[in-house]
Amino acid sequence: MTHWGFVAAAYGVTLTAAAVLALASWRAMVTAERAVEDLRR
Amino acid sequence: MLHALANPTRFLKIARPLTPILLWLGVALFAVGAWGGLMRTPPDYLQGETVRIMYIHVPTAWLGMGGWSGIAISSIVFLVWRHPLASVAARAIAVPGAVFAALCLVTGSIWGRPTWGTWWQWDGRLTSMLLLFFVYLAYIALARADHDRGGDGRIPAIFGIAGTVLLPIIRYSVTWWNTLHQGQSIGLTGSTIDSAILWPLFWTLAGASLFFAGVVLMRMRALVAAQRVEARLRRLAV
Repeated sequence: MTHWGFVAAAYGVTLTAAAVLALASWRAMVTAERAVEDLRR
Repeated sequence: MLHALANPTRFLKIARPLTPILLWLGVALFAVGAWGGLMRTPPDYLQGETVRIMYIHVPTAWLGMGGWSGIAISSIVFLVWRHPLASVAARAIAVPGAVFAALCLVTGSIWGRPTWGTWWQWDGRLTSMLLLFFVYLAYIALARADHDRGGDGRIPAIFGIAGTVLLPIIRYSVTWWNTLHQGQSIGLTGSTIDSAILWPLFWTLAGASLFFAGVVLMRMRALVAAQRVEARLRRLAV
């Protein structure tokens, strides 16, 4: 693997993990806040 | 200010508009830093292009350790003032902190292979960071078990404070032990890294920190909402 291959692997892993973390957190937040609204109605 | 924010309704009033601002500003600042680090800086005379891994490795290490500091501070606030939001904050920090600690280990390993000739070395810095990752996992399991059994959150809070013993060990491991990992290169008084290479790091550090804060706010909002649902269901059951 070339030097740029190692750089691409490091950035790829980090950006993918950050995106998955943000999406999972957003989904948990939206689901929980929607449940509060549903119970209020 | 701390006492004012401890009110969940007041917290939500501030957190709702703040969440997207932190997330998107974090993404924007990180993008500027990554662009600078990948396109606008010269390769290192020894490491070549692999030095560009620094712009993501250092922020992940910073937030892996910073996350645990946040857990410890929230735990102290919870134990001293019994603010339930402090316990929520500690639980909300745990998963992103564990993810960033893991990313620190993975990006460090990818950086180590072409630089040191090995993916892993059982030296002070790497081993203590791996221990922090395991301590995060233990905290997540403990906090979940405590919540499921109706605990008052004191045991995870004590664990959160006890875990801080690892932070100075990680910080000074490169000084105390002979290690493959480089010594401290950025301090309060300056840096041994040339400014031509260093500047994008501040952008990625700021961007990753704001992104981390945005994720923590989303997780806190989810936990507060879950508590409200539980409380309402309990009232309906009576």
